[in-house]
Amino acid sequence: MALQLQNPILKWIEYRLPVFSTIDHMVGSGYPTPKNLNYLWNFGSLAGIVLVVQIVTGIVLAMHYTPHTSLAFDSVEHIMRDVNYGWLMRYLHANGASMFFVVVYIHIFRGLYYGSYKTPRELLWFIGIIILLAMMATAFMGYVLPWGQMSFWGATVITNLFSAFPFIGDPIVTWLWGGFAVDNPTLNRFFSLHFLLPFVIVGLVMLHLLALHQHGSNNPLGVEKKGPQDTIPFHPYYTVKDLFGLGVFLIFFAYWVFFNPNYLGHPDNYIPANPLVTPAHIVPEWYFLPFYAILRAVPDKLGGVLLMFGAILILFLLPWLDTSRVKSSRFRPIYKQFYWVFVLACIGLLWAGGQPPEGLPLYLSRVCTVYYFAHFLVVMPLVGWFERPRPLPASISEPVLGGGKLPAGAAARGTH
Amino acid sequence: MRALQALSLVLGVALAAPALTVPALAATEAPKPPSLSWSFDGVFGTFDRAAAQRGFQVYKEVCSACHSMNLVAYRNLRDLGFNEAEVKAIAASVEVTDKLPNDQGEMFQRPGLPSDKFKAPFANEKAAAAANSGKAPPDLSLMAKARPHGPDYIHGLMIGYEEPPADVKLTAGQSYNKYFPGHIIAMAPPLAEDAVSYTDGTKATVDQMASDVAHFLMWAAEPKMEERKRIGFQAILFLIVATGVFYAVKRKVWADLH
Ligand code: HEC
Ligand code: HEM
Repeated sequence: MALQLQNPILKWIEYRLPVFSTIDHMVGSGYPTPKNLNYLWNFGSLAGIVLVVQIVTGIVLAMHYTPHTSLAFDSVEHIMRDVNYGWLMRYLHANGASMFFVVVYIHIFRGLYYGSYKTPRELLWFIGIIILLAMMATAFMGYVLPWGQMSFWGATVITNLFSAFPFIGDPIVTWLWGGFAVDNPTLNRFFSLHFLLPFVIVGLVMLHLLALHQHGSNNPLGVEKKGPQDTIPFHPYYTVKDLFGLGVFLIFFAYWVFFNPNYLGHPDNYIPANPLVTPAHIVPEWYFLPFYAILRAVPDKLGGVLLMFGAILILFLLPWLDTSRVKSSRFRPIYKQFYWVFVLACIGLLWAGGQPPEGLPLYLSRVCTVYYFAHFLVVMPLVGWFERPRPLPASISEPVLGGGKLPAGAAARGTH
Repeated sequence: MRALQALSLVLGVALAAPALTVPALAATEAPKPPSLSWSFDGVFGTFDRAAAQRGFQVYKEVCSACHSMNLVAYRNLRDLGFNEAEVKAIAASVEVTDKLPNDQGEMFQRPGLPSDKFKAPFANEKAAAAANSGKAPPDLSLMAKARPHGPDYIHGLMIGYEEPPADVKLTAGQSYNKYFPGHIIAMAPPLAEDAVSYTDGTKATVDQMASDVAHFLMWAAEPKMEERKRIGFQAILFLIVATGVFYAVKRKVWADLH
């Protein structure tokens, strides 16, 4: 649908520099959207909004923050105490990072459930994984900036992981640190990269949207849209729905910021970094705990590191590991159950990651790690082959208009 | 199918079992301090000015002999209800070295100003450690946020001194405290009955001083708490109304589809 501009100034600009049609193509309001999206489809736009919140609050924080080991901690406290609404900026930013991961994790589990990684959305899925990796790097480096005890020791533990690689390990660690310990050069480069990466994410998000709009959103039925009867324009239908979702989300966000702002953080990070005193338990932020649990579930350091990174990289293989031709788990009675086992395993890892690696938590992290990988490498291919999916509706409007009666002809094995 | 249900059951139990044993695990460290009910708890919680002022008195007369509070300035005391003249007098009761040299290029001493940060008892951490059997007393500005259970912990620590069990040997400068992780602490019991005489006539029991100083330290760690909760309440109220409106609009817009 071509963009119709009324305003003569905008027309003048568009004639010379097609910015408006480019933007419209990317976040176009008129773009035809499946009519049956449920509330899980709100989380994409929410993620975009949280990214903007992080960038705006981050830029304000950067105006008052000092990236030096002897000043960083106090400069954050200066923000908290003396800068007008500095406490608000910092609590929005620190809790915003958690909200970002809540939203993106739900967004990813939505994709897993409805098979959104399958043809023709593989690249869309890949860009999403790269965004997740960039977010993780950004959040990790951001957590180092206030230069508290967890900042320092978290940075030390995580960067040290690279020393597990034979030969190149130690040189890599020295290179990352910019010296022989986590110190001022490390803090400086982390600040620089923490400032840069969110803008890289913005670029990736644009690609993500470009890929999305090529074939449009998947939907809870996992059946591609077949014509205008299956779609509605994004605006106003999904703009108001997204707005309502945003309202609910902001209430949740505001609860943390205003009434429990330090709950998701760690008390030790209010102690200035001290290289001579190791905290009793070094734990990363909650959103890294599942991966931290996988890392520590493996008795061998290198093995743990490889498995931890593998846990994310394996997501790149999903389009091929999932052998079913049906997208949505709604029509996959067996896979659906495994899906919930997988969710349970992830929750188990999240919990175990926050406990000292011994006894039950360690045992649990091992069970869940095995299932995490088995789910992708064994369950997905096999269930895809052997499962008999329930009959698929002929089209998106079918179940909506047809009172739930499904034509038997449109059965199993194949949407095309 | 059966196997699957069994699998989820096993995983479910495996998940739930350790959750039940967590408190038992944590108990090996230090017991949870008694949880008091504070005026600053809850959505509408505010600092009790009288309690915080008494707490400041305890800090000034007892704790400040050993503990710095480098992040708090005398002017901040206005938030606790001290007036301009009182703040000036409190600041002027200490001598500080000015940050910049005088016209002769010499560092000089002057009475404290409201804009000065609380004067620290020791010149540096080494001096602080040397005077306290090798353990520097930590800065208290953020103490109420830097320990699990914050103010409850500080109160607990003050009242948690007891005789060590028979198998624990203390060396000079060490005490035994029930709530301190590891129990052996380099701070002698700082509070004794009537260690301060409160200007408002409150009886200075150890428990009273302990909760007052914890109240004061919570304010010091989170001085913007009242503003935060006030704005938060307004923000959430606004968001609830706005979200209700969005929901109504959403229903209306979507009505023609169903
Ligand atoms: C004689 C010096 C001295 C006085 C007076 C003193 N303290 Fe301490 N305090 C110390 C030392 C030394 C430590 C370090 C203890 C350790 O780490 O073993 C300490 C540690 C602490 C801690 C931290 C405990 C922890 O979890 O690490 C708190 C809280 C504390 N003091 C509060 C107070 C309060 C409140 C007062 C006033 C009522 C006070 N102190 C008075 C010397 C003192
Ligand atoms: C992807 C988006 C971002 C994420 C996930 C993120 C995450 C974080 C986290 C977790 C912290 C530590 C907060 C704390 O515990 O105090 C932090 C701190 C910080 N961030 Fe970001 N951030 C993002 C974007 C930005 C941007 C774009 C900037 C600057 C332009 C920025 C500037 C800062 C500064 C100055 C700090 C230190 C102050 C502080 O610790 O509160 N951030 N960030």
